[in-house]
Amino acid sequence: MAAILDAQGLSKNFGAVTAASDINAAIERDSVVGLIGTNGAGKTTFINMITGYLKPDRGRIRYEGRDITGLAPRDVTRLGICRSFQIPQLYASLTAFENMLVGIGVVLRNAGRGGFLSRGRALVPGHDLAAEDVAERILERFGLADYRDRNAQVLPGGVRKLLDIALTMVARPKILLLDEPTSGVSAEEKFAIMEMIMAAVRAEGTTVLFVEHDMEVVSRFAERVLAFYDGRIIADAAPEIALADPEVKRYVVGGVLRA
Amino acid sequence: MSRDGTPRTLGLIVLALLVCGQLLPQWMLFLVTVALAKGLVVLGLMILLRCGLVSFGQALYYCIGAYAAGMLGRLFGVSDVFTLMLAGMAAAGLAGFVLGFLLARYRSIFFGLLSLAISMILYGLLVKTEALGSSDGFHVLPSTLLGLRPADAWVRYAVLAVAAVAALVAAVLVHRYLGTPLGRLAPAIKDNEIRVEYMGASARHAIHVKYVIAAALAGLGGALAATTVGHIDPEMAYWTTSGEFIFITILAGTGNVIAPFLGALIFGIIQTVAFGISPNTWQMVLGGSLLAVIVFLPNGLWSLFRGRKAA
Repeated sequence: MAAILDAQGLSKNFGAVTAASDINAAIERDSVVGLIGTNGAGKTTFINMITGYLKPDRGRIRYEGRDITGLAPRDVTRLGICRSFQIPQLYASLTAFENMLVGIGVVLRNAGRGGFLSRGRALVPGHDLAAEDVAERILERFGLADYRDRNAQVLPGGVRKLLDIALTMVARPKILLLDEPTSGVSAEEKFAIMEMIMAAVRAEGTTVLFVEHDMEVVSRFAERVLAFYDGRIIADAAPEIALADPEVKRYVVGGVLRA
Repeated sequence: MSRDGTPRTLGLIVLALLVCGQLLPQWMLFLVTVALAKGLVVLGLMILLRCGLVSFGQALYYCIGAYAAGMLGRLFGVSDVFTLMLAGMAAAGLAGFVLGFLLARYRSIFFGLLSLAISMILYGLLVKTEALGSSDGFHVLPSTLLGLRPADAWVRYAVLAVAAVAALVAAVLVHRYLGTPLGRLAPAIKDNEIRVEYMGASARHAIHVKYVIAAALAGLGGALAATTVGHIDPEMAYWTTSGEFIFITILAGTGNVIAPFLGALIFGIIQTVAFGISPNTWQMVLGGSLLAVIVFLPNGLWSLFRGRKAA
């Protein structure tokens, strides 16, 4: 399979702290990759560099054969790379439905539709439906229909998490980076929520990279694992191989793997 | 979805104003026209406030609009009210476009105080410029309507009619703008700029556009005020003038494009009545009414109408 995303020699230092050191990873189209590692290992720095929040000190990022190193987050997003956040980033004063409409509005605007001079209801590119219908459909797919008219700031933690991910889907991303999609979600709900997210996202044929601390979730959903330690990738393999790696066991999993 | 009734309501209000205007006393015509001019400035402030930005210096553009209109008459003898309005709008819009590159980078108190500082620079410059009458300002040529000068008894009505139509056009266009994706981005920018960027939009660009629109509206209001009052002076850029616009914005609320004009009219009425009752302490009455609105109608006067509609 062809690589949709190719990170070559990425390095990033914050003063004396090395957050990323010579990271090389080619992500294949249509794959699901789990990023594991302890806190401070460099997972979020990796995501931040790909999505343009941080500019790498060295190295290049190629996406669909194009160099996207150092592009601003909005430009990376427009190219089809979207992300969710460890702490959901929502529009707190708006309802779940309005949150979706704002996102769809941006998609319309970037496609030059629904502007000041346009007449009638514009169809959302990629969905070929009116904005309201797209919002309804995505909310439904993420099991959020019941929360449609509630303000984002009063939604329960797990629902906020789902809405954060649902928001990324309005642009029909080619690559989706999920930063700890199940953090703050109870152990019993983790699998159900991941199942729902994966079903909704994979139905669009999106390539997924997700950061996860729960190794059971990783082994179940990831096709490939990138294990981070001290700013480096110490293992890059299928879950069963990566999680059995002695270095990964020692630095990431903590010795005992509950499989 | 319910049909959007705002443009229709606006049209009816303006129609009623044009019909009833012929019966109103001269002082009332003046009051309404000035309210419409200030309402235009507040309409711009409303756009900014929706993204969480409070400009303490909107008088800058009000003054630029007024001086552009005044100087066009003074230097080139132009007196046509439409030309003056367009010139005021264009001059303020251009100034907003240039200053927007700086101001669109700032948020909250930094944005507010920087806008205040720039308006005070203009005030300082005008006060020191003798050619423009220093602190006394100068008189504006009596304006004409497409080359015609209405009979004295009809001048105030004619200016009111022009102001009402200008306000109608501006309000309908702003209303339409607020419904576009860029317009709808305002509360999102106020809530979470990181998310806006990660959805593929530039918050700074959106704010810059809104800032230019607000500046142009303030310039239009300034030009209208100049032709209505017939005199301009640096006080138009002074911080108390900006404060007055913010006062009206809070009084009116940001719920609808009609609110700024309603707020400006009620502000004008309270000011006139309070001044008539107690010429020395009229500010206290004004302050008291704002306090009452903040306590009882935190979303401004417009919430009175929205509440009734929802019921």
